[in-house]
Amino acid sequence: MKEIEITVNEKNYHIKVNPWETLLEVLREKLYLTGTKEGCGLGECGACTVIMEGVAVNSCLIPAMEANGKRILTIEGLTGQEGLHPIQEAFITHGGLQCGFCTSGMILASKHLLDENPNPNEEEIREGLAGNFCRCTGYSKIIESVSAAAKQMKGGA
Amino acid sequence: MGTFFRRLPKVDYCAPENLQEVLSLISGKQKKEFLLYAGGTDLIPKIKKRLIEPPEMLIDLKGIPDLNYINYDPGKGLKIGALTTVRSVATSPIVKKHFPIFSQAAASIASTQIQNRATVVGNICNAVPSADSAPALLALQASLLCVSLKGERIIPLEKFFIGPGQTILKEDEMVREIQIPEMVSRSRGIYFKLSPRKRMDLALVGVAVIMGMKEGICEDLRIGLGAVAPTPLRAKKAEAILCKEKLTLGHIERTAEAAADESRPIDDHRASAYYRKAMVRILVKRGIQTISQMSQSFS
Repeated sequence: MKEIEITVNEKNYHIKVNPWETLLEVLREKLYLTGTKEGCGLGECGACTVIMEGVAVNSCLIPAMEANGKRILTIEGLTGQEGLHPIQEAFITHGGLQCGFCTSGMILASKHLLDENPNPNEEEIREGLAGNFCRCTGYSKIIESVSAAAKQMKGGA
Repeated sequence: MGTFFRRLPKVDYCAPENLQEVLSLISGKQKKEFLLYAGGTDLIPKIKKRLIEPPEMLIDLKGIPDLNYINYDPGKGLKIGALTTVRSVATSPIVKKHFPIFSQAAASIASTQIQNRATVVGNICNAVPSADSAPALLALQASLLCVSLKGERIIPLEKFFIGPGQTILKEDEMVREIQIPEMVSRSRGIYFKLSPRKRMDLALVGVAVIMGMKEGICEDLRIGLGAVAPTPLRAKKAEAILCKEKLTLGHIERTAEAAADESRPIDDHRASAYYRKAMVRILVKRGIQTISQMSQSFS
């Protein structure tokens, strides 16, 4: 096992990992941050999306050793002192989830999208979330939620 | 597909901090099995699916400095470093302005999450027949700067692919840079990726067309095809038909027909060979006609 230092949701962790473990496994099984989900394990469904060094990535494809010295944001880190993040609020208000399994990834991918493009149109939202699959909702309400979150976040800024 | 485990088999990991160290490790002097990776978006799934023998050690290339760059030299061309991500190429204003076909091709790959990790050099070295960056880079006449402990060599991309997933890269070698010459003036390019869904699918057929026209005559034509042969290829016989000829419907259709003939697709669960050939014909024709319209509206 090798030691790494990793900052997750602004908290520092010193942990021991095996070189064959992925970031997803380490987040879920060593740090018990089980909000991030494993859908496919191959980088095709986006359920494992986290934001590493400001960029949305599929954590199932990242060797945990790489996360040494890096800053990672998971769904658990999105709720701040003031409560839920506007994107989380919007998903609740607009019904952007049913079983919720894809939702962590959807919300983080949405955050990355809105960080880069604060005012996306429907096409741009669909493109930005292309790496996140949902089997329940048919995507309509997810897109509405992201649109609403974008409006809310601009208004508040 | 055989058994798929969501866990990697036991492998070791290292992240060398300079190129020399990497080249030493892969030079063959060590009695270990190494595999290089940057984004890992092709390699990690391959290992998880047990499609390849797991290496004893994964070498993470991302510790090497000065390999993540997009350098444009006006009049000379573009240089892309080995660690440059697909995302940075897809969003680069320089690539969009001077090599829009390359920008289009990069933007068609998978998803934002994958593009944020994947590298263009990795896409090339993985060498699947459907690699999205390949048809455009072939049409752009790109070359690869490859390095080993023994020195450097430049390999034209046309010579690089030798079979599905196989390249002429030696075991002790690594691609350091993609070199793309300046686009011929007045030439324009387009990349079509045919796939069932808008995103996330492999290309069923990938067609890249670069054409320069003057007064209705084709001055320069390059066609790159992906997913329709054991490797990405240039449709040179097709190119020869239209080059220096007037852009009539007859000439364009013969060119598209020839491109379809040059392709050697297989039947697989994604599409039949028959369908793929038919789509090559349609997309090559569409590419030429689209560029012709683009050129006319800008002349």
